[in-house]
Amino acid sequence: MLKIALAGIDRLFAAIAASKKLYLPIENAGEVEFSEYSEGAKVRLDALQTVKSAKDAFFPFTENMMQFHTDGKNISVEAAKRVDEDFVVFGVRACDARSFSILDKVFLADPPDSFYAARRAHGIIVGLACHRPEETCFCTNFGIDPTKPETDVTAWIEDGVLYWEAQTEKGKALTEEISAFLEASDEKAVEEQRERTKKILERLPLANLDLSYFKTHPELEIFKRPEWKELSSHCLGCGTCTFVCPTCQCYDIRDYNTGHGIVRYRCWDSCMYSDFTLMAAVNSRKSQVERFRQRFMHKLVYNPINHEGEFGCVGCGRCLRKCPISMNIVKVAKTLGGEQA
Amino acid sequence: MMKRPEEQIPALGVVTDVRRDTPDVKTFRVVSPEGKKPLEHMPGQCAMLSLPGIGEGMFSITSSPTQEEYMEFSIKKCGHLTSWLHELEPGQMVTIRGPYGNGFPVETELKGKNLLFIAGGIGLAPLHSVINYCRHYRQNYGDIEIIYGSRSMDDLVDIREIQEEWEPEEGLKVHLTIDRPQDGWNGHVGFVPNYVKELNLSLDKTVLICGPPIMIKFTLQNLQELGFSREQVYTTMELRMKCGIGKCGRCNIGSKYVCKDGPVFRFDQLDELPDEY
Repeated sequence: MLKIALAGIDRLFAAIAASKKLYLPIENAGEVEFSEYSEGAKVRLDALQTVKSAKDAFFPFTENMMQFHTDGKNISVEAAKRVDEDFVVFGVRACDARSFSILDKVFLADPPDSFYAARRAHGIIVGLACHRPEETCFCTNFGIDPTKPETDVTAWIEDGVLYWEAQTEKGKALTEEISAFLEASDEKAVEEQRERTKKILERLPLANLDLSYFKTHPELEIFKRPEWKELSSHCLGCGTCTFVCPTCQCYDIRDYNTGHGIVRYRCWDSCMYSDFTLMAAVNSRKSQVERFRQRFMHKLVYNPINHEGEFGCVGCGRCLRKCPISMNIVKVAKTLGGEQA
Repeated sequence: MMKRPEEQIPALGVVTDVRRDTPDVKTFRVVSPEGKKPLEHMPGQCAMLSLPGIGEGMFSITSSPTQEEYMEFSIKKCGHLTSWLHELEPGQMVTIRGPYGNGFPVETELKGKNLLFIAGGIGLAPLHSVINYCRHYRQNYGDIEIIYGSRSMDDLVDIREIQEEWEPEEGLKVHLTIDRPQDGWNGHVGFVPNYVKELNLSLDKTVLICGPPIMIKFTLQNLQELGFSREQVYTTMELRMKCGIGKCGRCNIGSKYVCKDGPVFRFDQLDELPDEY
């Protein structure tokens, strides 16, 4: 294990940023989001979570996929450049780190999405262990250990010191590049912090959700539960839950005329929106009940069916904190899955 | 054909012929810029066509895989993209990618079976490919019977091929019907679901059905009353799509994506999924 004093960590960031793009939780206008590092940036490694998840680093909010040029009846198409340089995402919590493996199963499944695949290949993730989880955190229900994120490098912050441990080949290579800033350390402080955190985790109010119902009952039975109507009755269809969610994968593909050609781009979309499934003749999900149900069925039922029992949720708690009507996946799971959930 | 490095980046196609089939259906013939068939497919599979700046949409491939020169798409004008497509003139380039979806199981479950095709209106488009495929490999299939209905005789898609090629063919029965009587029409008049009950069909047929949802619903009901089981009946689904490869999260029926796991389903398979389509 290695370490660096937090007091000098800006020098470490500057050293990484000298050769690679570096994304960190940075405060801007009062909100902390993963943003590109620049000198003087207000880095907030102490923030438990960014507003949006870290998935933006691999599946951006919006990205150009191709450009068309038209000339009379002729068309030419030019694919957008894929990311071809390494970059570092620093300070990813264990929940967001797990979300990447959930997204991998969608975007890297055959045929792979080359835009996502290129970012995954070039992205180096430095995870940051949690030691002050909040009441809305429930990642441990999904087998996630927030005291040791599954990332290329795992870092811990304790008493003004950042501890550093490479976990993968990518992580080792990064560690070598910045070894001048790091010094050897024993694991005592980290082990003590992990033990303390684990005790807090056990006492969190949502530490013991029983989600077994969703894996043991047929999808049609769960789909037909009458409770969906009541659960969704106050949903505004704002889509906030889908935009802060680390595992929401849905996207739209649209064309935009720049005046110098037509760009076809993709951007995050939301199953909570009425036009998501709208076709020329009909809409297969006519009201918010169907849209709301789709979102939670996807996370709790369809994802486990299609991906070896894995839920489409990492328990980050963002939707619990952000929903304007305080409806969320935990309430849905408890209502449908029995009171002990 | 080489796999493209990114499925969502389309290839180019040239529309070489536009045929008006009905007042609101046109059939587009598409080749690659080199003048060849743009891609290989199986009957019932789909492709994404687009006009840059207008949009991209999923369309069933109307021509049979056995047509080696070109692909055809019969497209009804019903929305934004299809309205633009209907304005196309020969020589116009489009983008094309695919094929997508499972297609009808012509080489497995349908082989050796007596086949009954039931289509309503533009619903003939995806079945058209299967019918001509089965005609081409005639020895692999039993009797072929086709029931096709539309609003009027002017709305029957590609009536020339039906009358000149399908109707005279031995071992192939064609039953046409239109919704209301019309001058110049000597054939059957009435809705498809009722016609199915009048035809004295034998129950040993595998059924492939496509058409407006209401037609499918009542036809299926009547088939079941006749004694057909839901395991005998296949259909092909259509939902809004963007990526075509099961990633954008849009076209699912329950845990299945229509673009990747469909569009062809048997009714007993659909019975296990939410009826959200």
